Amino acid sequence: MTVTEEPQAASGTDTAPQKEIGQARRRKEDARLITGRTTWTDNMVLPGMLHMAVLRSPVAHGRITALDVTAAKEAPNVVAVYTGRDLAEEQGSIPCAWPVTPDMVNPGHPSIAVDQVNHVGEAVAIVIGRSRSAAADALELIDVDYEPLPVVLDMEEAIAEGAPLVHDSTESNRSYHFVFDAGEAGTGSDTEQAFADAEVVVSRRFVQQRLIPAFMEPRSVVVQPQGDNYTMWSATQIPHILRVMAAMVTGIPEHKLRVVAPDVGGGFGGKLQVNPEEILALLVARRLGKPIKWTETRSESLMTAHHGRDQIQYVDVAADREGNVKGLRVRLLADMGAYLRLITPGVPALGAFMFPGIYKFGAYRFECDGIFTNKVPTDAYRGAGRPEATFAVERIMDELAVELGMDPLELRRKNWINADEFPFTTVAGLAYDSGDYETATQEALRLLGYDELREEQRRRRESNDPVQLGIGFSTFTEMCGLAPSRVLGSLSFGAGGWEHASIRMLPTGKVEVVTGSTPHGQGHETAWSQLVADSLGVPFEDVEVLHGDTAIASRGLDTYGSRSLVVGGSAVVKAADKVIAKARKIAAHLLEASEDDLEFSGGKFSVRGTPGASLGIQEIALAIFAAHDYPEGIEPSIDAEATFDPENFSFPHGTHICAMEVDTETGFVKIRKYACVDDVGTIVNPLIVEGQVHGGLAQGIAQALYEEAVYDADGNLTTGTFVDYLLPSAADLPHFDTGNTVHEAPGNPIGAKGVGEAGCIASTPAVVNAALDAVRHLGVADIRMPLTPERVWRAVHAGGDGGDRAPDRTNAQAVDSAQAPAAGSQGGVQ
Amino acid sequence: MTSINVRVDGASYSDDVEPRTLLVHYLREQLGKVGTVVGCDTSNCGACTVHLDGQAVKSCTVLAVQADGREVTTIEGLAGGGAPDAALHPVQKAFHEMHGLQCGFCTPGMIMASIDLLNENPSPSETEIREGIEGNLCRCTGYQNIVRAVQQAAGELSGSAGGQA
Repeated sequence: MTVTEEPQAASGTDTAPQKEIGQARRRKEDARLITGRTTWTDNMVLPGMLHMAVLRSPVAHGRITALDVTAAKEAPNVVAVYTGRDLAEEQGSIPCAWPVTPDMVNPGHPSIAVDQVNHVGEAVAIVIGRSRSAAADALELIDVDYEPLPVVLDMEEAIAEGAPLVHDSTESNRSYHFVFDAGEAGTGSDTEQAFADAEVVVSRRFVQQRLIPAFMEPRSVVVQPQGDNYTMWSATQIPHILRVMAAMVTGIPEHKLRVVAPDVGGGFGGKLQVNPEEILALLVARRLGKPIKWTETRSESLMTAHHGRDQIQYVDVAADREGNVKGLRVRLLADMGAYLRLITPGVPALGAFMFPGIYKFGAYRFECDGIFTNKVPTDAYRGAGRPEATFAVERIMDELAVELGMDPLELRRKNWINADEFPFTTVAGLAYDSGDYETATQEALRLLGYDELREEQRRRRESNDPVQLGIGFSTFTEMCGLAPSRVLGSLSFGAGGWEHASIRMLPTGKVEVVTGSTPHGQGHETAWSQLVADSLGVPFEDVEVLHGDTAIASRGLDTYGSRSLVVGGSAVVKAADKVIAKARKIAAHLLEASEDDLEFSGGKFSVRGTPGASLGIQEIALAIFAAHDYPEGIEPSIDAEATFDPENFSFPHGTHICAMEVDTETGFVKIRKYACVDDVGTIVNPLIVEGQVHGGLAQGIAQALYEEAVYDADGNLTTGTFVDYLLPSAADLPHFDTGNTVHEAPGNPIGAKGVGEAGCIASTPAVVNAALDAVRHLGVADIRMPLTPERVWRAVHAGGDGGDRAPDRTNAQAVDSAQAPAAGSQGGVQ
Repeated sequence: MTSINVRVDGASYSDDVEPRTLLVHYLREQLGKVGTVVGCDTSNCGACTVHLDGQAVKSCTVLAVQADGREVTTIEGLAGGGAPDAALHPVQKAFHEMHGLQCGFCTPGMIMASIDLLNENPSPSETEIREGIEGNLCRCTGYQNIVRAVQQAAGELSGSAGGQA
């Protein structure tokens, strides 16, 4: 069931049409990318263009007591210098589109600090120079004095009584307290009762470390003012949302602002943002009437672009002795950082609905505190809430299995939703659409070679091999295809979740497809061409996909949350249906037949029972362009557009299994084998799907093993370059064995479920579970992510999670109960 | 300012540059060779990799003046000197065939590093490929299809002598 390469479609032949959907089409996008003919934002050069450089705060929390820009203004080739005071009246606030509770506290987010800085890297002054280097050089001539304020970094300390405040204007560092209680919502029974009645309760504290999306293309923005019109090119995932938000923030009328996302080099949620620098570039362009460019350095990117994850999770599971889960209780502390950006508070709230995973819990309660600290804001990072939830449930299921002495897979099987139970409404109120967890698991076990590895694990244990082997599972699902607009409304999200597409039939028969979804590596141009080739029966090569420019794609809600194909692709298919419906009237007229007698297949209308009488849709495009002969009462066009708003999320699922070697003498871990089978619904292009899974796996594994954004006690980011923030290289990652099962999503015309986040969501707990499975018999019950050799070694040799905290009581109990005879035989520093 | 004479992608350039100008900034800003990109400030990501006298270098770690009198090949000069309809280099073709790229930002550097790898080791093992390109970071692909691409290109290059850049 591994993805195999399909033969190329034979286009343009008269034989029976071969379906494009399902073909491993090579990507149209590649031609420019592999030859360096790309339009990254930073490539843009405009006449008279000036460059912006940003002076950033070196302190995490402080009042600006003096700011002298005199020398910088006089520096050669400097055109202007602005401080927060200069722009205070016009800068507004970076918008937060997700007030998760009615009483959520949002102190506002200036693009440039006026009186006070709240995280290292916050903008305090900007220099506009004739060259990038002139602007950067002049930054060094600016003098700023700060009166230091106490730095708030630890979430639990931040909400303790008497903690210093990040924002003077607030009463506490708690931005919100969000609760979902299944009992109150009517989707489950009373949680406290379930725990009171439980035979077994397992409680754990998990740490979701802070991560950095670290897209390869640094953020960049160019703003060109033309009279009272502005064009902004930005390395963004969200040109449409950015346009609306930037207009609202700056007061520039929306119709006077065009936003373009040209080629964009990755995002992973990190470019799902309205960035302070985008607003500043717009404000400066308005003031000076000149084109402005800003491109960040990598250090600026790691320090100031939003981060992801950063949660402390208290998870309790209730079960009976037979291993039937009864209840789940989650208390979350979520680090907002210093400000609320676009969907900062919403990320943990989105995750709230995924903690029950694929299991039939009867009761569920979720509480989350969003907490301000003096760090850069968190926001979306690949998975956004769902990796955290999946990690928690997949880890606690393993802990419960240990507590019950059950096989972790047997425990999962006992509790997961069976294939004949779909659609299934979960305790969190979500209606899971389709799937078969057993089949995916069987296939993943086969890909892994499970039995042999279990046997090897046994041998290594028995022989006290210094290199131990472990196997870890993650049987996951996620909510994708963001999103049903009404559901988003009920969650207080500031926008809908529909997507828009239009199709333009050109006179020569070529087809332009305009999508409101904005790619940055996903391959929309290829996959959308496949969709349209099938729908309209035109050659794949005759389709051009346009995107990422608000002047071209008039309506759209952009790309995130594995929504592009599910929602955006569906809009394309719906638009194609309308094109066919319009063309049918013309065809009937030209063929002198009744519409009812026409069949449309392979791009041609033919008359039932009249062989030879047919007209291609590409011919109709020319006929209606000429418009010499068409029916009365209709418009001379077969172009069409459609907006698709799904009625439900889609729910990809899969089984991921990691086999991990742990060297107990050095603490080094090595993934021996990784196998996964994902069900993402209909696969339009297997090559693209496989690539998305690979990339997601890399990022999920990186959370487990490599990456962490670390702040020192003063709030300095100590992982501020790629020397310190460990993005895995090819040598750090294993070969992946991937496969698919296909259960179509019933909620959209394609049947797709979404694939962008699957690998990232699923893999992290599989990897950690595998490492723990390797050393649990040595008394290790948890290892804090990332699993650095030092942490693993400490956990093996000294107990605890290898992190900075002492092992907590619940973990210690679990250690005791899991203590196997072999424990202690490794010696070490106990 | 210092005068330099450089051949880039087959064309000769004479320019005055600041002594501190990095080769990548010279290529991008003075020559308009924007196919070569900057991904970090610490020579970790390799997105800026070009060939200097046939050897891969990270052009953010080379001063423009160090390229004086030498020959630079960028991603734009690989395929027949950059004519739009020129045949692709086997490594470019393999990246396309094996889906070795997604957003494509690391791709120019990744391709230039891969060619250098294959010049030194025409038939690398999977491990040798992974270690050979570890100086180039990709955030999209998880590297598996990049490895496949290099393997495919190795096969094609060894089958057709003289195909290397």
